[in-house]
Amino acid sequence: MLVTPGADGRFGDFGGRFVPETLVPACQELEREFSAAWSDESFRSELSRVLAEYAGRPSIITECENLGRQLGIRLVLKREDLNHTGSHKINNVLGQALLAKRMGKRRIVAETGAGQHGVASATAAALMGLECKVYMGAVDVERQALNVFRMRLLGAEVEAVHSGSRTLKDAVNEAMRDWVASVESTHYCLGSVMGPHPYPYMVRQFHRVIGDEAREQMRHRYDHDPDIVVACVGGGSNAMGIFSGFVDTDARLIGVEPAGGAAVGRGQPGVVHGMKSYLMQDEYGQVQEAHSISAGLDYPGVGPEHSYLASIGRAEYPTVTDDEVIAAFQLMARSEGIIPALECAHALAWIVRESNTFTGKTVLMNLSGRGDKDVAQMMDILGNSI
Amino acid sequence: MSSSGQLEPRLRALRSEGRKALVPYVTGGAPQWVETVQACAAHGATAIEVGIPFSDPVMDGPVIQEASQLALESGATPVSIFEQLRTLDVQVPIVVMCYYNTVFHAGHERFAKSLVDAGVCGAIIPDLPLEESGPWCDAADNHGVATVMLAAPTAPDDRLPRIAARARGFVYSVGLLGVTGERQTLADTATTLAARLKAITDVPVLVGVGVSNAQQAVQASEVADGVIQGAAVVRRMLEGGPEAVGEFVADVRQALDQRFPGIKS
Repeated sequence: MLVTPGADGRFGDFGGRFVPETLVPACQELEREFSAAWSDESFRSELSRVLAEYAGRPSIITECENLGRQLGIRLVLKREDLNHTGSHKINNVLGQALLAKRMGKRRIVAETGAGQHGVASATAAALMGLECKVYMGAVDVERQALNVFRMRLLGAEVEAVHSGSRTLKDAVNEAMRDWVASVESTHYCLGSVMGPHPYPYMVRQFHRVIGDEAREQMRHRYDHDPDIVVACVGGGSNAMGIFSGFVDTDARLIGVEPAGGAAVGRGQPGVVHGMKSYLMQDEYGQVQEAHSISAGLDYPGVGPEHSYLASIGRAEYPTVTDDEVIAAFQLMARSEGIIPALECAHALAWIVRESNTFTGKTVLMNLSGRGDKDVAQMMDILGNSI
Repeated sequence: MSSSGQLEPRLRALRSEGRKALVPYVTGGAPQWVETVQACAAHGATAIEVGIPFSDPVMDGPVIQEASQLALESGATPVSIFEQLRTLDVQVPIVVMCYYNTVFHAGHERFAKSLVDAGVCGAIIPDLPLEESGPWCDAADNHGVATVMLAAPTAPDDRLPRIAARARGFVYSVGLLGVTGERQTLADTATTLAARLKAITDVPVLVGVGVSNAQQAVQASEVADGVIQGAAVVRRMLEGGPEAVGEFVADVRQALDQRFPGIKS
């Protein structure tokens, strides 16, 4: 049931390759190279080796006994927050950096919202001796100053993007503009299951490890699949990663979007950043700005495979408000001693709100990142109220 | 109605006279854009490319991004721009440049029809490559709208004939690896790609992106059938208004006519 797109890069009606002509040959080359690498035993074993020895895979699963008792469910976390660099993003960037080297590229560019993908890209570039430039919306540079410094510490160049809404979508535009000019030497290390074919497929394949591991771990520990699998969705990479392991099970798949950035919930099919997918837009097709407490989910679009899963009714995409997220963020810290990334607090916020509708069920939540990066922002929001 | 005559016949006629095409680009909805279009027409433009501003213009550099932003902030929409084009009285063909979501969101048929109603004879959609262009091209063909295809320096040899075969009006030969904007010198890729295209197609070939002044226009036209000038025009529109653009277009026209005076003169 997991879709492998054909040459047209489609997941149902969604996906495709809507890029400037300059980039078409590069996308085609990437498609060929990824396909060859993915079926090449030596590439796969090298990737597995760095994932294990550098990133710390497999990540564990943790049962939240306190929260579970409180909510009347069994709540299990997939701990992507424990990976090197503190989020799931490392799975994809190690794959793409290895691929970039295999293609003879010496430079990568990346976009980043919260800074997690930027930090992961800078890390992989440092490890593999690649030059790295990260584009980040000026608004995000301000609210994620710590991650900006981290990237610079790792040797990456960070450029603040002042165009448009000055957030993630504009960082993607600027990274694409860079790539149009530098395509011969540079690989665009896209950070989510979005963009032109083959990115949505390739990035999902690099993140499948989350779902594949979790499925085995769940069966091993509990002897059954989870009833519900929950993850937050901006572009949707951590969600596609964990969904991949459960698409062919009976589990409900829930992708939680922020109320102010609900591409599936409030959007219509549209085309931007190289893909056809659900997109928040006005009556003339101008892309609207997303608004969310978490920079990582401030994206008006969504990966095309999510649009596909929504269109066939296989996955659901509810929303939560910033207030629910702030409450969930604190709840997890106090109940479990885990400070989640604000992005993942969206997933928990939905679980908390809806838990009385699935009492006694087993819920697997992807804890895709740790919340250290969000502590300063939360300190501003909560002040002395805690 | 603005268009007089179809785009491709006009470009072919110019070519057979031994002259070169000059296509200025103006961002629709930006301050004084209508007067700027008129100034271009009055000072020797062969055709005029009118941009429909989009929130996420990935093929555009800072100057055209700024003009698009100004246009959007002033409330410009495709509908308002078409409305103004319809009443525009210029005697040169108008081609629109827009990003694909503008077309997709309106619907292919509806968008093609609104172009015809506005007197527009062609469309350039920079994020709609050959493989994705089928549904739009069908609608455009049905309505007699010429779809200009872009060819880029990165294209392998076997791709160019397929692009040229699908192009109507002209082939937009992208002058360099990069987004729109002025450059100090004309990139080598501008003439090499134009030459590769000229070798395989009879459709007029115009060079755009990075053709920044009169001298570069002449240089590109040594190989190509003419040029498109965007950022150089839009920067002058933002800084000096329609008059400054008129002077610039006249200068480029003169330089082209001096070097390529045509058989009759």
